[in-house]
Amino acid sequence: MFPPQFEYYAPNSVDEAVALLSRFHGDAKVLAGGHSLIPLMKLRLASPSVLVDIQRIPGLSYIREEGNHLKIGATTRTNDLLDSALLRKSYPILTDAAQEIADPLVRNLGTVGGNLCHGDPGNDLPACMLALGAEMALAGPEGHRTVPASQFYKDTFVTVVEPNEMLVEVRIPKTSARQGMAYHKIEKRVGDFAMAGVAANLVLDENGNVTSAGIGLTGLGPTAIHATRAAASLVGQPADEAHLRRAAELAQEESQPSTDLRGPAAYKRAMAGVVAYRVLTRAIARAKGGA
Amino acid sequence: MAATARPISPAASLMSVGGPVTKVQVTVNGQLYTAEVEPRTLLVFFLREILGLTGTHVGCDTSNCGVCTVHLDGRPVKSCTVLAVQANGCQVKTVEGLEVGGKLSPVQQAFYEEHGLQCGFCTPGMMMTATALLERNPNPSDGEIRDAIRGNLCRCTGYVNIVKAVKSAGKKMQAPPASGGSP
Repeated sequence: MFPPQFEYYAPNSVDEAVALLSRFHGDAKVLAGGHSLIPLMKLRLASPSVLVDIQRIPGLSYIREEGNHLKIGATTRTNDLLDSALLRKSYPILTDAAQEIADPLVRNLGTVGGNLCHGDPGNDLPACMLALGAEMALAGPEGHRTVPASQFYKDTFVTVVEPNEMLVEVRIPKTSARQGMAYHKIEKRVGDFAMAGVAANLVLDENGNVTSAGIGLTGLGPTAIHATRAAASLVGQPADEAHLRRAAELAQEESQPSTDLRGPAAYKRAMAGVVAYRVLTRAIARAKGGA
Repeated sequence: MAATARPISPAASLMSVGGPVTKVQVTVNGQLYTAEVEPRTLLVFFLREILGLTGTHVGCDTSNCGVCTVHLDGRPVKSCTVLAVQANGCQVKTVEGLEVGGKLSPVQQAFYEEHGLQCGFCTPGMMMTATALLERNPNPSDGEIRDAIRGNLCRCTGYVNIVKAVKSAGKKMQAPPASGGSP
């Protein structure tokens, strides 16, 4: 099964890539790991006439703390997330998500930027970025701009990235003491997209009350969902079972699943609550110093 | 050692029908190959139809089954979802590259001894994934092996003997060389 014909460019810099995207405005797609785009092209669901391969651009693959942020480069591979000791220790939500993305072979090529920009509501990293309050740094012909994750997704497969722009970096606020985060999804079979996935990120004060919270949902609507009511219900409250159950209920209410091959909407909605409670419990345990 | 560009089979010219071609240089099992391909040529097609290395199989063709697994710059990947142009300038290792001097690699030997295959269709991909795992982790647990082969499907024997074979291969790789070998 071959993709339709296209012209191929492999620029060596972000400027060159942006110039190509501008030149072929709307006809070009960015190719990173290719593990979402190439299957879509084989199935004729996408047929861009130009591919701009950003994998050869030096300096776009990294995971590092700098200033007040954790910064992840767009072409960082999914398995690089899994292998990172920094993430395992300080940002374990990304380790959780990475090990649930597809399978190890796909993770060797799939990239962070591709996972985020593809706009598939079943992708796992968007919900994590919503929970973490991340910002996306985009490069375009007029320079760089940053967009909060909460404003990044417009619809299924549609993001705010303009045809002549590309994602270069994700910036995540640095973690603090008593912060806990977790991600989990229920899959129909191993390596599949989520039937229901939840990302949670919480900070506690010294008395065990929640001072800030972020919750994101995967596979439970047309885009990844920012469950703001669920998160707000926790702020200022003790992180006890009653409050976690209430937040999980709200996350369930905020989900907008549809019936498809992965299950009926009612089941997915019910699972949103179940997974949310498990993930919140795990995040709290981590905030208190557990694993 | 100067790399030699091999002549390309007639199938290569078929690839230039209908679209502009681009030149790729890929080192496969230590041998440098140069060919002109359409950008949409998949790496697995390049390996099988242009280079004639048919040990790498095509199964689902949708990056699910893993029979097309090869090493790309040392990492196992599904070659049905990689463009040949993406592998330009890279090192590729296929199942044909596992044996050394006509001798089966420890992974191949272990699959043979432990009955790690029945029909053999998934075996090339399974062995490439296993080889990459053991290069990183020579003594994996059953769980680590099962996790590593999550992207490789076997539809005949199940996975019990495959896991046994990978374990056994790890032991072979760690064992001191047998007496009579080169000093």
